[in-house]
Amino acid sequence: MQLMNEGTVARVVGWEKGEGECDWTPALFESVQEMDGFVYGDYAGANLSKYCVKMNKAEGKTLVVLKPCDTLSFRQLIHEHRLNRDNFYLIGAGCKGMKDESGLLLKCKTCKGKDFEIFDEIIDDEESKQPTAIMDRMEGVTALENETAQERFDFWRNELSRCIRCNACRNVCPACTCEKCVFDNPASSVASKAPVTDFEENVFHIIRAFHVAGRCTDCGECSRVCPQHIPLHLLNRKFIKDMNELYGEYQAGVGEEERTPMTTYTKTDAEPSIVRERGNA
Amino acid sequence: MQKIGVFVCWCGSNIAATVDVEAVAEAVKNEPGVVFSANYQYMCSAAGQKLIQDAIHEHHLTGIVVCSCSPRMHEATFRKTAESAGLNPYMVEIANIREQCSWIHKDKEEATAKAIVLAKAAISKLRNDTPLQAGTSAVTKRCLVIGGGIAGIQTALDVADAGYEVDIVEQRPTIGGRMAQLDKTFPTLDCAACILTPKMVEASQNEKINIISYAKVEKVSGFVGSFKATIRKKARFVDETKCTGCSLCTTKCPSRKGKNEFNMNLDNRGAIYIPFAQAIPNVAVIDPEQCIKLKTGKCGLCEKVCSAGAINYKQEDELIEREYGAIVVATGFKPIDPSPLNEFGYADNADVVTSLEFERLMNAAGPTKGTLLRPSDGKHPKTIVFIQCVGSRCEENTKRGKPYCSKICCMYTAKHAMLVREKYPDTDVHVFYIDVRTPGKNFDEFYRRAAEQYGVDYIKGMVGKVAKEGDKLMVQGSDLINNEQVHIAADMVVLATAIEPDPTARSIGTMLTASMDTNDFFTEAHPKLRPVESPTAGIFLSGVAQGPKDIPETVAQAGAAASKVIGLLAKDHLVTNPCVAQSNELMCNGCSQCEKVCPYGAITYVEKEVRGPGVREVRRVAQVNPAVCQGCGACTVTCPSGAMDLKGFSNKQILAEVDAICRW
Repeated sequence: MQLMNEGTVARVVGWEKGEGECDWTPALFESVQEMDGFVYGDYAGANLSKYCVKMNKAEGKTLVVLKPCDTLSFRQLIHEHRLNRDNFYLIGAGCKGMKDESGLLLKCKTCKGKDFEIFDEIIDDEESKQPTAIMDRMEGVTALENETAQERFDFWRNELSRCIRCNACRNVCPACTCEKCVFDNPASSVASKAPVTDFEENVFHIIRAFHVAGRCTDCGECSRVCPQHIPLHLLNRKFIKDMNELYGEYQAGVGEEERTPMTTYTKTDAEPSIVRERGNA
Repeated sequence: MQKIGVFVCWCGSNIAATVDVEAVAEAVKNEPGVVFSANYQYMCSAAGQKLIQDAIHEHHLTGIVVCSCSPRMHEATFRKTAESAGLNPYMVEIANIREQCSWIHKDKEEATAKAIVLAKAAISKLRNDTPLQAGTSAVTKRCLVIGGGIAGIQTALDVADAGYEVDIVEQRPTIGGRMAQLDKTFPTLDCAACILTPKMVEASQNEKINIISYAKVEKVSGFVGSFKATIRKKARFVDETKCTGCSLCTTKCPSRKGKNEFNMNLDNRGAIYIPFAQAIPNVAVIDPEQCIKLKTGKCGLCEKVCSAGAINYKQEDELIEREYGAIVVATGFKPIDPSPLNEFGYADNADVVTSLEFERLMNAAGPTKGTLLRPSDGKHPKTIVFIQCVGSRCEENTKRGKPYCSKICCMYTAKHAMLVREKYPDTDVHVFYIDVRTPGKNFDEFYRRAAEQYGVDYIKGMVGKVAKEGDKLMVQGSDLINNEQVHIAADMVVLATAIEPDPTARSIGTMLTASMDTNDFFTEAHPKLRPVESPTAGIFLSGVAQGPKDIPETVAQAGAAASKVIGLLAKDHLVTNPCVAQSNELMCNGCSQCEKVCPYGAITYVEKEVRGPGVREVRRVAQVNPAVCQGCGACTVTCPSGAMDLKGFSNKQILAEVDAICRW
C-alpha cells in the first residue's frame, strides 16, 4: 500500500475473498481503497504469474504477490519473453501450504520447496519455511508406470471421459500464454467446439501436455482448477520424470539458463531407440 | 479448385510387376480436383515427359502428381518438366510407389492398394500447394579443407589451381598426414616422403593455399555456398612468422619424456619439437604437457637459444572466423588399437607391433634410422611373422574389430615382407592370411613377386595365439591348406591392423550435418553416381574419411572432390530452396523456442508493430532468414501456437496427407 501511495507501483495483483469460505480468487487492485479487499492466507492457492502476462503491457509497475512455487512460473515466463522483469515489483510471500475445503492442496502435499526463485522483497516467517511435502511428487506417475499399457490406457480413457472441455486447465496454465491458442484457431486443424468423437478431449489433453513439456514448472494449477477432478498434473509429471531421467534433472523456471531439455541438443542426448524401449516397458 | 493431373509410372517392371498401375490411375480418377490420369512405361523418358506436358496444356492443369520413384531420384526432373509447360515447379508432388511400395512388397493386391493410398495422399497435399518462387544466394569463393593429409593436400592443390582460395585446417602441427609416416609405397616401392614432401612444399608455396596447422574446426554454420566456420588455432608457443625451423631448440630441450607421435610413440621427443625434418610449416611447437617452463615457470632454455626470438610462452589459442562456399572432409584414418585382441599379445609384448609402427622401424627417418631392430632389445629379428586381417572383417556387433575389409593391408604386408627379404635375406618371413586381395593395377603381380621371387612364406589361416617364451614369441596358427597347426618361434610379430576413421570424424560429421555410416565413415550422396559428395549440399569427401582406400585411389578421389568444389565455386549464385519456414507474426509469442532448436541459426527476433484484426501493438516476433533456412522443419514442430510453418510442407499439407492415408 505504501508502494502504491508512493507511486512505485500502479496496481497490485493478489487475492480477494470469494463466495465461499475457502474460495479466494485472484484479483486486481488498482487503488489504495480497493486494497481493503486484499487477502493472503491459507486459501491463496492460485498462481498469479499468468495474470502478469496481461499486466506486462500496462502502464507503470505491477506489484505481484508470489508464493515460492509461483516464482518458478514467473521466471519461466521471463525466459519465454512473455514478461519483462522491469515491469513488476515482486513480493515473495511465505507459504505454509495452501488449502481448500478438503484440506491441504495436492500441489502442496508434493511441495517442491520454499525457495523464492525471483523476488524484490520477501515477507515470511519461520513457520512458512518449514517443509510441507508429505508425499513423493512422482508417486502417482510411478504407480501408473508400473501398470500395463492397456491398464494405463483404460485409466486415462476413464479419467478423461469426464472432461467437459471447459478449458479451465488451459486458461489457468502459466505455460499456456499463446497469442493465439491452437485450440482457438480454426486454421490449426485441431480447433473444434463440438467433439466429433469421444476421443476429442483425450487429444486435447495430450496435445496440451506436449505443448507445455519442458516448460511446465509443475505448479499444479491444472488439477486444482479442474471441476471434474481429473488428475491432469500426472501427464505433466510423466514428462518431467522422463526428461529428468533421459536428460538429467531439470526444473523449469530455475536460474538464468534459458535452454531447456526439449529445445537443446547435446551429444549425450538419449538415442531414440532407448526412448522407444522405455516407452514399451 | 485445382485441376490436377496424375501420372503413374511403370518404371519398366520395377513398379508395374508389383503394382497394377492401370488400377492406380483408374482409382484416383475421381478424387476431388483430379481431371486427368494416365499411366506410362517410363514417365521420366522424353516421351513420358511429353505426355505430362501435353496434358498440362490440354487440360489446363494447375498441378501434377507423379506416382513413380523416390523424389530424391526424379523430383527435379518432373519439376523441370512442369516448368517448361508453364506450371510453377512447386506444384508438383511425387508419390513414391517404387522404393516405398513396389520394391518392398510381394503381394500385388496389397502393393496396388498401398500405391493408391500414396497417390491419394499426394493429391491431398497438392490440393493445398501454393506456387513458390525460388530465390538465389551468393557463393563465397573460398574452400575449406579439413585435414592436411595427401587427400586434403591434393584437393587443395587442384582447387587452388583453378584460381580459388583454399584453407587447409590440420589438427597436427604439420600437414602430411599418414602418408608422411610411411616408408615405401606399393606396388612401385618408391619412397613415400620423396613423392609426398614435394606436394607439401607445393601447397605451402601456393599463393591461394593457406595452411592452418595445429588447429581444429570448432563450429560450422550456414549452408552450401555460404558456410561460416570458426577455427581454433591452438597455441604452439612459437611465433610461426619468426621461427626459421633451425631446430636448435629441439636439441637443447631438457624434457625428454614426450612420446614421439610421428614415430608411433616408439621413441621420445623434446617438449619443443618439429614433428619431422620436412614438416610444413617447418616450425617448432611446444607440448604444454611436457614443457618444464610452462609447467613450473623454470627453464626457458629454448627461448635462450632461439636467435629468431620466436618463442612465446604466453601465446594463446587464436580463433579464426571465415566464410566458405564449399567444405571438403579429408579427415583420414588411424590404425585401430589391437590391444583388446588378447591372442596377439600386443599389449604385453614390445616386439608385437602394428604395421604402421613397422613402417617407422623400417624408415630411414624413424627411431632406428631405418635399420630393422626389434623394440625390446634392439636386436635384428631373424624370424618375422606377419598377421593379416587383425581387426578387419570381423563379425558385426563384436568388439573385436571392424566388419569391413581395410583394403590396404594385403598390399602393405606384401610390401613389408618383400622389403625385409630384400634388405635382410637371412630373415625368415611368414605371413598368415585369410585371403590375399590384390585387385588393382600391378597389385597381383606385386604380391606374386613377394611370394614367388622373394620367398615369403604365405600361410592360409589365422593365428590363435602369440605367447612370449624367453626372448622368442611363440606363434601358434593354423595352416588350412595342409590342415595342420603351425608353431613358429618368431623374433617379431607384425599385425596388419584394421584402419578406422580418425576419432575427430564423428564430431566433424555432426558439425557439418553430414551423414555417416555405423563405422563413422562419411556416406556419399550416391554410392555409385555421386561418390565424392556428401548428401549435405556443399560438403565433399576426400580420402579415407569416406572409406578405406590406398594412395592412388585417394589422390584420384581428392581430384574428383576438387572438381566438384570448382564446379560449385565457379557459380556466382545458387538457386535456393523456397521450401523454407515462415512465421505468422500475428500468432507468434516471441518465446524463442524456435530460435533455440534451429540448427542453422536462421531465426532472429525483432520488436515489431503487429497489425491484425483487433490487434495493433509492438511485439517480439520471430523472423526467418530464408537464405539461411534449410527447411528442416524443427521450428514448426516446436512452435506451440503453430505460428511457424514450412512452405511446401505446411502443417496443413502434411495433415491433409495423413488424413488421406487414414481414410483408407
